[in-house]
Amino acid sequence: MKSVPLHSRLTTLLFKSFTIILFFAFSLSSYSQDVDVARQTEGRKLFKSLCASCHKLDKKLIGPALGKVEDRRENDWLKSWIKNNVEFQKVNADAAEAAEYDASAMTAFPQLSDKQIDDILYYTSVGDPPKPGVVDDEAGGNSSNDGGPKWLIYILAAAIIVAFLIIASLLKTISELKGAPKTKGAVASLNDVWVAFTENTFLKVLCTIFGLLIGAYVLFGTLFKVGVDEGYTPLQEIAFSHKIHAGDNKIDCQYCHSSAKHSKHSGIPTVNVCMNCHKNISEVAEDTKVEWDGMTYGKAELDLEIAKVYKAAGWDAENLEYTGDSKPIKWIRVHNLPDFVYFNHSQHVTVAGLKCQKCHGPVEEMDEMRQFSPLTMGWCIDCHKETKVDLKGNEYYSKIHKELAKKYNVDQVTIAQLGGKECGKCHY
Amino acid sequence: MASNKKYWQSVEELKGSSIVETLSKNEFVEEIATDDFLGDKETLENSSTSRRDFLKYVGFTTAAASLAACEGPVRKSIPYVVKPNDVIPGVADWYATSIADGYDFANVLVKTREGRPIQIMPNKEANGTTSARVQASVLSLYDEQLRLKEPTKAGEVISWADADAEIGAKLNELKEANKPVVLLTGTMASPSTDKIIGEFITNNPNVKHVVYDAVSESGAADAMLAMHGKRALPNYHLDKAKTIVSFGADFLGDFHGGLEKQFIAGRKPETGHMSYHVQFESNMSLTGANSDKRVVVKPSDQIFALLNVYNAITGENVPSQATSIDAQVNDAVKALNKAGSKAVVLTGLNDKNAQLIALAINKALNSEIIDTVNTLNIRQGNDVEVAQLISDMKAGKVAGLISYNVDPLYSLSNSSGFSEGLKKVTLSVALSTENNETVNASNFALPTPHFLESWGDTQFDSVTYGLMQPTIQPLFNTRQVQDTLLKWSGNSTSYYDYLKTFATTNVLGGSSWNKALHNGFFTREAVGEVVTEDIEQVEVSVPTVASELASSAKKASGFELNLYTKTGLGDGKQANNPWLQEFPDPITRASWDNYLMMSMADARELGFSNPVKDNGAIDGDYAKVTVNGVSVTVPVMVQPGQAKGSLGLALGYGKTFGLKEEMKVGVNAYPLYNGGNNIQYNVKVDKVSGTHQFACTQVQKTIAGRHDILKVASLKEYNTVAPKDHKNGWNKPSMVSYDHQEVEANTIDLWDEHNREVGHHFNLSIDLTSCTGCGACVVACHAENNVAVVGKKEVRVGRDMHWLRIDRYYSSEVETREDAKKLGLSRGDTYRALETEAENPEVTFQPMMCQHCNHAPCETVCPVAATSHGRQGQNQMAYNRCVGTRYCANNCPYRVRRFNWFNYSNNNEFDFNMNNEYGKMVLNPDVVVRSRGVMEKCSMCIQMTQATILKAKKEGRAVNTDEFETACSSACTTGAMVFGDINNKKDEVASLVEDKRAYGVLDYLQTKPNVIYQVKIKNTNEA
Repeated sequence: MKSVPLHSRLTTLLFKSFTIILFFAFSLSSYSQDVDVARQTEGRKLFKSLCASCHKLDKKLIGPALGKVEDRRENDWLKSWIKNNVEFQKVNADAAEAAEYDASAMTAFPQLSDKQIDDILYYTSVGDPPKPGVVDDEAGGNSSNDGGPKWLIYILAAAIIVAFLIIASLLKTISELKGAPKTKGAVASLNDVWVAFTENTFLKVLCTIFGLLIGAYVLFGTLFKVGVDEGYTPLQEIAFSHKIHAGDNKIDCQYCHSSAKHSKHSGIPTVNVCMNCHKNISEVAEDTKVEWDGMTYGKAELDLEIAKVYKAAGWDAENLEYTGDSKPIKWIRVHNLPDFVYFNHSQHVTVAGLKCQKCHGPVEEMDEMRQFSPLTMGWCIDCHKETKVDLKGNEYYSKIHKELAKKYNVDQVTIAQLGGKECGKCHY
Repeated sequence: MASNKKYWQSVEELKGSSIVETLSKNEFVEEIATDDFLGDKETLENSSTSRRDFLKYVGFTTAAASLAACEGPVRKSIPYVVKPNDVIPGVADWYATSIADGYDFANVLVKTREGRPIQIMPNKEANGTTSARVQASVLSLYDEQLRLKEPTKAGEVISWADADAEIGAKLNELKEANKPVVLLTGTMASPSTDKIIGEFITNNPNVKHVVYDAVSESGAADAMLAMHGKRALPNYHLDKAKTIVSFGADFLGDFHGGLEKQFIAGRKPETGHMSYHVQFESNMSLTGANSDKRVVVKPSDQIFALLNVYNAITGENVPSQATSIDAQVNDAVKALNKAGSKAVVLTGLNDKNAQLIALAINKALNSEIIDTVNTLNIRQGNDVEVAQLISDMKAGKVAGLISYNVDPLYSLSNSSGFSEGLKKVTLSVALSTENNETVNASNFALPTPHFLESWGDTQFDSVTYGLMQPTIQPLFNTRQVQDTLLKWSGNSTSYYDYLKTFATTNVLGGSSWNKALHNGFFTREAVGEVVTEDIEQVEVSVPTVASELASSAKKASGFELNLYTKTGLGDGKQANNPWLQEFPDPITRASWDNYLMMSMADARELGFSNPVKDNGAIDGDYAKVTVNGVSVTVPVMVQPGQAKGSLGLALGYGKTFGLKEEMKVGVNAYPLYNGGNNIQYNVKVDKVSGTHQFACTQVQKTIAGRHDILKVASLKEYNTVAPKDHKNGWNKPSMVSYDHQEVEANTIDLWDEHNREVGHHFNLSIDLTSCTGCGACVVACHAENNVAVVGKKEVRVGRDMHWLRIDRYYSSEVETREDAKKLGLSRGDTYRALETEAENPEVTFQPMMCQHCNHAPCETVCPVAATSHGRQGQNQMAYNRCVGTRYCANNCPYRVRRFNWFNYSNNNEFDFNMNNEYGKMVLNPDVVVRSRGVMEKCSMCIQMTQATILKAKKEGRAVNTDEFETACSSACTTGAMVFGDINNKKDEVASLVEDKRAYGVLDYLQTKPNVIYQVKIKNTNEA
């Protein structure tokens, strides 16, 4: 009996997959009818690694847009230019004129073979392969269903309670029908309980104590949460997604937060650090999605966010130059410690070699940055009590550790044993 | 919580104005005028506001108010747009630069955080030293009250271009008409500026440069010019001296900018030798307090004594007369003769003749200590030229006056004459960093940057060429005086380029400019102007000089007033600096005041007294002091060790123009400073009614027989007697009674001893021999640890917040109960003898801060364990845990704990640096600003020791020898304070704690302090 639904589910799955594969294969095959995928892929690879820092297909960057460049220039002309444009300028007046496009000279690529250049040029004419959009959409739809909206839970809970009540009343009716003596109405029986309760002193005292305990528990629980901002997610001026940067693109945390290894502050990246990459990345990829402030931001919204960075940096994206009219970005601090706590990032990052995620959580999965840890003293101390000090290759620890290990009779001392639990180490 | 926060933050931050703000501000506060509809019945009846509307408003306000209260604080993090390469937020940068503000000159290092200077320390490589004032000058940078912010003409803001055009035209006009213009500056000691001024004068031949120092040492410079052909101050290599005899020269104070480093270098008992220093003086000065022998003598007798020394050394017989101190003079002469060329005589009288006699004595001694070749350029003021200028101005002979960073209207004795003359000047331009009376009275006021915002060079002596570089972007719309003068000379070069060219071509001689700038100095060997000694050797007739000097002294009658400068305020340039105002005078321990110092005998005769109130504060009577027809009314402070018939009064106080209310303290003594002479004769003193309230942090007292606080020994004892000898030893261990037997205190202990040999164990050693009491450490501690300024009223009731204080102890013949017993005094007489100050007490300074006891009495009484002991020896104070019971302060035998009676920051009741946006920029971001109701105290700069450890960890190495520092130990000029790790046996402090001079204060209490003192050794019996 039970194997049937399982079997049927399996069948559906297989069927669905098959459809998808079929669709995918069809779409690919239909596309490959007029495009040489191998040449396109090879050209695209070369273009991304060699050309993309200065050129785009559809847009002017440092160099001109290269989409369908073969319509504008002869293939031979282009080859000579790409291989060594400086030499080419000397023999070709047209090339000398073209060189005036931008003050910075284009890098020469003498290492490229004619075939490779042809591939690149082929890629510039056919452009990117189309995205398997349908499949993606489907997957996206599925994933959003996975979480399920919260109201569903409430409705389900309400349904369960209603069902329970119905069952209870049905059971009652059944027992009455079976000939059991008819019980008093619900109100009347509640009255009886109340009378019994008021007459029983022990029960009253017990309830009072119980009530007080619950009250105290709730009160202290609430008070201990005052100033604990776990989950704090302030809305930033720019919809910056750590997921895209640290997760998808795997940018090292310390590329942007570079002072974490030197200083007490991890450092908010200055706008010029953003511009190191964003000078060339003026728009996000077509299908980028960011969950931001309860909404889903797509390309249209996110490109505007990059424009905000340009505004702050004073970057004129049209003319590709700095205007000098810059304005710092006002980020909101997510992780706040009270003034009387001294915390030093470099101690934890450089000396202890901790991963940022240890305290900041899976930042590479967060679109919106939030406070992952409670940042309470108990949380700090717990870690200091448990964590053993990594001593390898640090001269500083070698002597003190030998003595401490002997004193505490352990192989490896914890931070607390090193003195990491003393008040004055963090409060001054 | 978190979701609430997010909602309100987003609304406020993104939309710019939150609904809360709009509702509470516009609709309710401004638009609804409640008076209109609640004022009278008629309006009320005609009003369209219905009851429903009213309820709506009430509901709205309540909701708005409660929602506003829900909002958590939003902290922003605003990064640079482009980060400067050398700035890492959270990491301090140090720059080497120089201070030259006209009175204080030093090569210093400046600590900056995120582009803000927050601390000044001596540049020890350049032999730099810092005084309390140099340390505090970083706060004057942020003096938003007094600093000039925009160029103004007659009080109206004007652009630099307009000011240049107008002044340029006027200067040209005066040049065409050949009418004299005077450039009046203080001492700048800057070779490139001198050159710029020279070029300015070449361009405008009608300009004359007059140098004016508020507190003048013109006499010494003039004497040098007469005797050695060079107008500068002689240098003194006191470190090599065997005998130093000083007549009123406060060379540990402001005489020649302070010579304490050299002086103390020659007084290290470990070497077995110390210089012998006799001080003849009337005021109790820092120098007298540190002397081996102090002879109390009034100024006129100092002159005769000086002449008598001259006669005795040379065998001549210039006119003089006998004094009551001839015996001491003879002893001094013997000591001088014995030391021969290693002897030196100094005099602090600002009188050319007296200085000439001192030079002549040194010449006769063939003294190697005085250096007339490598001279000091830090006091170039010329009293004669200044006097001439004023009479010219009064006569209308001066058409233009350009002043730079001087305030003659405040600091001239005849300021009324200057004021009268200034009105006759057609063009008056004041270039100044701070606003002052002179700036206010001038046509044009042009703001100049603070030295921490400036480029520049310095030449304090002939060897060290110092450089000055900006450590912060200019805070206000300022322009350097050099740039201004270059511009007015028609030179379009910026001063930076000019300076770089000047230094590279004239000084550095092929050496790197960047390296010199990095180091902050360049040692030039025989570069620059070559001064051969005695070029125009003018024959000075000593007998003539002497007879002039003697006859001037013979005219003395009545009281003799010795005007001096205090360690805190100096010439008064930084009078608006709360750190310096609250800095207690090393001698009197009074802050926020100047006063007339009077001897006990005179006070008794004239009926002056300083009653001590039951809260520990002292009061004083007022005296009217009249000199030359000018009188001022000042409170009297009875000063032990003041010469009978003499008075002392500090300059630099009583400044009021532009100052904050709290800073307008003291009395301006400059009106009495006739002719720049620090000694005024024929002074009349009258008692006038009224009681003055002093803010004095230590009531005058003896050590009352508690020998365990201070230990003093003579050099002879040090060299010959065993220190721990129970009978005669000079560093006897204290004894306690245990089991009815006298045993050494350190053998008994209430507590179990911890093992302190693992890791670091910090100790601070303080050498009482080397501590001059200068107080640089006190201000350094303020800057490093964000110590609050509390104001005069609070200091008076003993609520000063100094983590580090320098106790001053007087001691006299009867010093201890044992002494009294020997003298056979009765019990009552003993106390009287102990309490009564002698006419000339011995003075000992003792820096006192938290002793970081290993067995701390404070730790055991804290009910919440807010103060606990760290394994590294520091007594730690967790402010956030403290509930303010003050039990710890009560149980501390050293009285070093300080309680925050109020919130001293962001509090309208206090108007000091923690209460305005500029002043807060000086705060050290690594140390928390304490709040009301918590106890605080010296932390042994735990933020610095932790930073040193972290640096070592990051570099993967052990901490270097002597790498640990505290703010006080790095500020200490003389090396009296040495900090380090005693578990690192190579650290200097490790051997110091084992030294035979080492002792712990009140060690019989078995507190086992981590602050160790070194017995003070005096060279008393050498002569």
